[in-house]
Amino acid sequence: MALLNVENLKMYYETLRGYVKAVDDITFDVGKKEALGLAGESGCGKTSTALAILRLLPWNAKIIGGSITLDGTDLVKISNKELRQKIRWKKISMIFQGAMNALHPIFNIGQQITEGILAHEDVSKKEALERTSKLLELVGIEAEKINRYPHELSGGMKQRVVTAMALACNPSLVIADEPTTALDVIVQAQVLKVMKELQQKLDLSWILITHDLSLIAETCHKSAIMYAGKIVEYGGVVTIFKAPLHPYTKKLISAFPSIVGSKTELASISGFPPDLLNPPQGCRFHPRCDYAKEICKTKDPPLKEETSNDHYVACHLY
Amino acid sequence: MPKDIAIEVRNLVKHFPISMGFFKSLTTRQAPVVHAVDDISFKIYKGEIFGLVGESGCGKTTTGRCLINLTEPTSGEVHFNGVNITAISEENKMRKLRKNMQIIFQDPYESLNPRMGIFDIVAEPLRLQKITKSQDELRKRVAGALEDLDLAPPEEFMYRFPHELSGGQRQRIAIARAFVLEPEFLVADEPVSMLDVSIRSEVLKLLLTLIEKSHSSFLYITHDVALARHMCDRLGVMYLGKIVEMGPTEGLIRKPSHPYTEALIAAVPVPDPTSRRIEVTIKGEVPSAINPPPGCRFHTRCPYAKKICETKEPQLKEVGKDTYVACHFPL
Repeated sequence: MALLNVENLKMYYETLRGYVKAVDDITFDVGKKEALGLAGESGCGKTSTALAILRLLPWNAKIIGGSITLDGTDLVKISNKELRQKIRWKKISMIFQGAMNALHPIFNIGQQITEGILAHEDVSKKEALERTSKLLELVGIEAEKINRYPHELSGGMKQRVVTAMALACNPSLVIADEPTTALDVIVQAQVLKVMKELQQKLDLSWILITHDLSLIAETCHKSAIMYAGKIVEYGGVVTIFKAPLHPYTKKLISAFPSIVGSKTELASISGFPPDLLNPPQGCRFHPRCDYAKEICKTKDPPLKEETSNDHYVACHLY
Repeated sequence: MPKDIAIEVRNLVKHFPISMGFFKSLTTRQAPVVHAVDDISFKIYKGEIFGLVGESGCGKTTTGRCLINLTEPTSGEVHFNGVNITAISEENKMRKLRKNMQIIFQDPYESLNPRMGIFDIVAEPLRLQKITKSQDELRKRVAGALEDLDLAPPEEFMYRFPHELSGGQRQRIAIARAFVLEPEFLVADEPVSMLDVSIRSEVLKLLLTLIEKSHSSFLYITHDVALARHMCDRLGVMYLGKIVEMGPTEGLIRKPSHPYTEALIAAVPVPDPTSRRIEVTIKGEVPSAINPPPGCRFHTRCPYAKKICETKEPQLKEVGKDTYVACHFPL
């Protein structure tokens, strides 16, 4: 059975001009020891999905419907207190986008990681510090550096520190939101390697949120492609990259230049991502789609299983 | 037939002094400097797209700015069509030359004046250079420049302000502004790194068409090696203010000669789950450019480093046709 089941989740932001449908009826699951890549362009609802899972909602956001089941518990229904005491950081933790720049400048990294442990678990300070040194070693930072301050560390090291922080209470699922966007390629490769090793060592499940499909190809087992608040295609990475069905996925994949293989022309998608206040009727991609038919303008295609191997697509063409 | 040279850079050096407090300056004998660009030489041929790649802080942007005299180099020469532009002191003369050298900046949210309408933004270079004789001609040139970038019909964009446009449209305005003078040489500093993937390739396509049409020479600065492969004819790889390898794009990517180039290419993720995986072949991070390591600057991280690399700095030398590498033991 899957570790996390998200079903028909809807999360809207309430604004003066109406609801922004940031996450609109999405369904996916993450199995034990599985890495899911959530991809899409900016504003497609990737981060909102992550925030909804942890129920870390901004004041104007609301979960309108659906369920998020973790190990049999519906996270939408339980109380705030229960969520805080039992779920956040102990079961699901998150590496926020740009977290490495959000480290507190006047506390050393040891203090910042132990703070998380002490807040969630009933352990002595000494124990917490010991665990912190172990965590740092786990992400490839020497334990002596526990007293360093953020300004003494490089970008790659800070990213490892926030990764260690996410692992502080032995969660079973870690959500990483653009964990390597601000890093240079060589440092990015180092951080990704650490993340992959951790997943093996600690039997973790990951949700990797990124706009960069090559990172998903590199690290994940499954992938969900989001467009305008909806999942348009969902399946194993090899299926998604080798036999994509949705016109958006196809274009998105061929829009990435590759360093290996023959040089191909980059695909481009005309037009712009839609305004989620007034998303287009029918399929949300139809104004930019080369294959749009009459039905696409009126009827929203549901996400349905295509062939047998857990490959789902939301498109009228199939 | 030898190709015509558009830009020739000879021993370009740019050091930025570090500001110090008054008391510290009394006790320090030599003011510390950041070695942003340290003695680099290269040529860009006419009609060619030359790419500079490297990690952040390696000096690629500073090089680009020095090439069009936006940053005054500490020493060295930049020859544009045979004229040494670093020696030009009169502002008027430089201004005339600028008609032929333009730059596209990275961030279209910062590089367009929010108080100016699109028409004025694109028309400003024409007005400054006093190229157009009449208002009518000016309008035609601006409209043409916008149409070249698929901003059609131009009337719909001319009277808007930057805040009314999306990121992709803004960057196209910035490109139109650079191309409206029909310059012979352009610098583009990460022109698409702020844009979403689906919009990025369209902007790149337009850029390539424009370069081809105008036969201009182009310096493309990027950290993305895969993108550089797509865009450039020749590449220069920079590390800590030095060019460590230079050569035709495909050859350099398929068979890198410098250990740093090899590591840089191995670290690029591939959008294909069945293809090769990223490898981390070098340790650590880029050392500080204030005190760069002696000898070969890469020796502290190089897996193949030997004794000589710690003391003697390797010079850029030809190893194959048009391929240059600065390494004592090229691969």
